[in-house]
Amino acid sequence: MSAGIPGRPSPAAARAVVAVIGIVFLIPLVAMLEFTLRNTAGGHDLSHWAALFDPDKARGYRVLAQGVQNSLLLAVISLGIVLVLFFPTIVLVHLRFPRLQRALDLLTVLPIAVPAIVLVVGFAPIYRVIGQTFGSGVWTLALAYGVLVLPFAYRAIAADLTGMDARVRAEAARSLGAGWVTVLVRVIAPGVRRGLLAASLVTIAIVLGEFTVSSLLNRVTLQTALLQISKSDPFVAVAVSLISLVAAFVLLLLVSATGGPPRRRSPGGAAEVRVAPPTTPRAAAPAPSQKEPGRGR
Amino acid sequence: MAANPAPASSPVRLEGVTKSYGSTTVLHGVDLALDPGELVCLLGPSGCGKTTALRCIAGLERVSGGRILLGDEDVTGVPVSRRDIGMVFQQYSLFPHLSVARNVEFGLRMRRVDRAERTRRVGELLEIVGLDHLAERFPHELSGGQQQRVALARALVTRPRALLLDEPLSALDAKVRVRLREQIRAIQTELGISTVFVTHDQEEALAISDRVAVMEAGRIAQLGTPEELYRRPVSPFVADFVGLSNRVSGVLDTHPDGAVVRVQGAAIPVIGGKPGAGLGSALGAGSGASGSAVTAYVRPEHVRLAPGTPVRAQPGPTTSTGIGAAGIAATVVSSGFLGSIRRTVVELSDGTTLASQHGADVAFQPGDAVDVSFAAEPVAVAPLG
Repeated sequence: MSAGIPGRPSPAAARAVVAVIGIVFLIPLVAMLEFTLRNTAGGHDLSHWAALFDPDKARGYRVLAQGVQNSLLLAVISLGIVLVLFFPTIVLVHLRFPRLQRALDLLTVLPIAVPAIVLVVGFAPIYRVIGQTFGSGVWTLALAYGVLVLPFAYRAIAADLTGMDARVRAEAARSLGAGWVTVLVRVIAPGVRRGLLAASLVTIAIVLGEFTVSSLLNRVTLQTALLQISKSDPFVAVAVSLISLVAAFVLLLLVSATGGPPRRRSPGGAAEVRVAPPTTPRAAAPAPSQKEPGRGR
Repeated sequence: MAANPAPASSPVRLEGVTKSYGSTTVLHGVDLALDPGELVCLLGPSGCGKTTALRCIAGLERVSGGRILLGDEDVTGVPVSRRDIGMVFQQYSLFPHLSVARNVEFGLRMRRVDRAERTRRVGELLEIVGLDHLAERFPHELSGGQQQRVALARALVTRPRALLLDEPLSALDAKVRVRLREQIRAIQTELGISTVFVTHDQEEALAISDRVAVMEAGRIAQLGTPEELYRRPVSPFVADFVGLSNRVSGVLDTHPDGAVVRVQGAAIPVIGGKPGAGLGSALGAGSGASGSAVTAYVRPEHVRLAPGTPVRAQPGPTTSTGIGAAGIAATVVSSGFLGSIRRTVVELSDGTTLASQHGADVAFQPGDAVDVSFAAEPVAVAPLG
């Protein structure tokens, strides 16, 4: 094995740290899995998992299905709020009103700093008005969730934005004739792709895992449904919790896999621009070497 | 400010452009007009307003006063996306998620140019900048110089009314910088596009410009050809900023034949010192009186050295103008080899140090006694202070 870099742990130590962290995460998951596999005879089988998909028992799990459906709807709406409202606002502040950056930083910390119960107490009178205006549909909960996810979504996007030289790229695009919407969608968004994906993941995770606000505002979501089901069938409640945890983990892996620099398309791929062969031998610049010296990034 | 006669349809014209940020004014009524196909450099120290002026032309900054015209069109209130200019930035501003070809075609897509035409023009521009073989690569796969050439192609592919370059070479290594600036000049000349080039590097500005506008504190201190700036600086600031200058204390001596500055008996002609040549513009206000103490800005290549006697209290005889005939005793402090030339620093008897630039074949050693004289090149002067 080659010598390690001074100041850095050796590969073996790094692997050991990862293994310990992995075990810490895996133990509760394995315990949950083991719990869902227990049967009444003291052995293990898939009966509780099979019950989840048993049409005869579907009626008993109706509230769970409703909770899953509502949570997914809320996740989609909250995601829309993050991508359509927060993202352009963050970009706008970054590019056009940098002086507001600190105020926005402070503002977006508030939902973390204020306890959930206090938030709900504040939300209650607002939701009375919302209920009178828009009805008491579960989708209205997305407005509160937008506030809850704001700190996390903001930081994920703002960190990427700061690191990508957004101002110069936006100015370059503008000088080439692009309008602000084009700049946002075709220049800035691809540059903060990882931040947007991270913000999306955090949003989905928070919405699927949120309990306090939905419970206190009397809405049926995945978490409130799980609580209700767990009183009659704890095995199914744990199984569904396990599924949601694994789904969040898979999402995280997907986000990690989508980072990195863009790759060239395969020769068979449909690249939209093919450079026409030179028609006139009038190159003003001498043919360069394959990669000339310079400070390439 | 240097007057700049505006041609009938200048491709880029600034008329009394001012720009303020709150109570701070960074551009004070800048006037500038480019000739068609001309490359003008905005040269100046940091904070002089050169980049702000360029950004005003581009439309990235809103002017506080004055007008900007592209051709015959007043674009003062037109947003950057509709000004039809090409711009290259100091930082690599390529879009990292797009290939070289797609970066270059970005402006054409914005103009809804059809696909066949886009393909043709992208190929043409990449060929011009010598990167047609890298069309499918991504920016992170290119060197800094290659990225800036792609940025240049991207700026030019839309056939803009003017090209604006904001210190495009400053992030590059010295050798790449020199090679790329020559390529930029060749491409600009070939395409005949009017260009404004911002730089703080005087060598760069002198090497590639048709004219240079030296900026000082938000104003154009002098606009002229590189040779005019170097040989006939209109102010001490320009003399000091463009090229190397020795600051030599002397006494102004004006007479009907012209003005000279006397330095320990040697006499050096003053720019604008001839009758009617406007000495006042070369001097600070109120400093044109004969007998007043001034600082002369003497180029190192105009300081002549000759082997001298070790001790001489008085300078040699001078002519009526003293040009080239005086010999001021001095001692060599240091001498450095710079390739084709050598730079030698000498100290006069009053402690003044002078740098002299001469052929590399003449070598002096520290401690050598030399006689200093000055070439017959006029110099800029400023009130001593």
